[in-house]
Amino acid sequence: MSHVLLRHSKVKLALHQLAPGPGRALLLLHGLGERTPARLPEELASWPGPVFGLDFTGHGLSDVPTGGGYTAEILMADADTALRHLGEATLVGRGLGAYVALLLAGARAERVRGAVLRDGPGLAGGGPRPPSPTVVAVDRAAVAPPDPFALAELSRDVRPPDYATSFARLAVQLSGRAPALSIAAVERPPWLQAVAEEPGVEELRLAEALAGYARA
Amino acid sequence: MSELATPAAARPAPEDGYPGAHRPDRRRWVDAWGVRIATYEWGSAEAPPLLLAHGGFDFAGTFDVFAPLLAAGGWRVVSWDHRGHGDSAHVALYSWDADVRDALAVLDSTTRRPVPFVGHSKGGAVLTQLVEACPHRASHLVNLDGIPARRPLPDVADHERTRMLAAELSGWLDQRARAAEKERRPGTLDELARRRARMNPRLPHAWLRYIAGIGARQDADGWRWKIDPALRFGGFGPWRFDWSLQRMAGLPVPFLAILGLVPEEMGWGTSPDAVRPYLPPGARLETFGDSGHFVHIEKPQEVAALVLDFLR
Repeated sequence: MSHVLLRHSKVKLALHQLAPGPGRALLLLHGLGERTPARLPEELASWPGPVFGLDFTGHGLSDVPTGGGYTAEILMADADTALRHLGEATLVGRGLGAYVALLLAGARAERVRGAVLRDGPGLAGGGPRPPSPTVVAVDRAAVAPPDPFALAELSRDVRPPDYATSFARLAVQLSGRAPALSIAAVERPPWLQAVAEEPGVEELRLAEALAGYARA
Repeated sequence: MSELATPAAARPAPEDGYPGAHRPDRRRWVDAWGVRIATYEWGSAEAPPLLLAHGGFDFAGTFDVFAPLLAAGGWRVVSWDHRGHGDSAHVALYSWDADVRDALAVLDSTTRRPVPFVGHSKGGAVLTQLVEACPHRASHLVNLDGIPARRPLPDVADHERTRMLAAELSGWLDQRARAAEKERRPGTLDELARRRARMNPRLPHAWLRYIAGIGARQDADGWRWKIDPALRFGGFGPWRFDWSLQRMAGLPVPFLAILGLVPEEMGWGTSPDAVRPYLPPGARLETFGDSGHFVHIEKPQEVAALVLDFLR
């Protein structure tokens, strides 16, 4: 597995290539606390083009910044950094990466050629409304990566269903493809349930979703 | 949190003073989980502490008139430059929760006893959240025009709203893509003051020039605002104004809210009627009908008198 380092503001991000080849890329977005897998997962081997995986800020081989301050929106900009490098891509996101894939599919609808939202760590986030306020602090001596601030902050970030559906509607209305989003997940936090009920979003098995996006 | 050595380079001396302005009596660094936070104090080191937080795109030096008035009232006024602002570290990540955490680090470095919190604009909202998270650390809360309220949405069709959101998201992502190369534009202090007047149209040029001498650094090709160029005014996210308002109703300490009612670019457009239903029992609401968002700069004597009376 090879990787390149991409610059997102002050952070160097590791973009790994898991499979070579011409054609449209599949971009994997990992879950909270995970990293890009060392080898191409078997369930993705059917993808006809190259496969890449991005390590989010504070994860894997990407930089671990000082003092925390994570938001899902900043990770969307991480993923956009990889998307700009690749030109266009189909996204497969696990857990937190599924939420980020939704955000990017809405924000860059012209470059995201479909997104598959899967189960994985960090899928729910902090829920649809803010929890009681607290000051999130971590043990600075904790082993990183993953950055303990990422684990703490990105498991508390609020994900209102109508915020999520505004991104789903952008993806559906502006991408011009169907389905713009595919859900291949069992867990159903409120944001994902709301997205699943949007027109233009389909619930599919992973293999079906990939086959459809590979043909498109 | 540990304190580092006193910053030698953190004592800029504006060429010209400003009536009533005094630079801090003491300066120090606070280590906020690895982020170096420039921290300042006005008043006797033996006086009871008071925590004072600035707003977004400001820095502690913008309290150079207001803070000495509070110090003259018997307080040790402790303020700091938010991460990415003033002399504090430029970091990779900025978030609301991180600002609250940094505020707690400054407070921890000052005292473990409950103290008054006073914050302007974003600083008021950050300290409101700190009170809610750590009620045992605050004795009073003063919010200077930092209560969020609903802004009227333009009357547009759904498809137009979708287009506006898409443009906003693209603009934000494009700005993130350029952030690594961005640099503030150089100029003379007068030029920097005139640029800032676009955001502070009600504040006099002499004041803006004074704070430019603190909030900017002198490079070979001119002065540049020190604020991290990666920071961007405005933005988007999942937060809703009414969540903050609803929590305000449960504030656990005596609360003074001050609003400047003249609308302006940096203001939050919050009206007294929007705030009253959410005030906790016993709270005071004071308004300035002839002042904008920077009420403590436009009316330093009056606002300081209100605060000192409230804390008495």
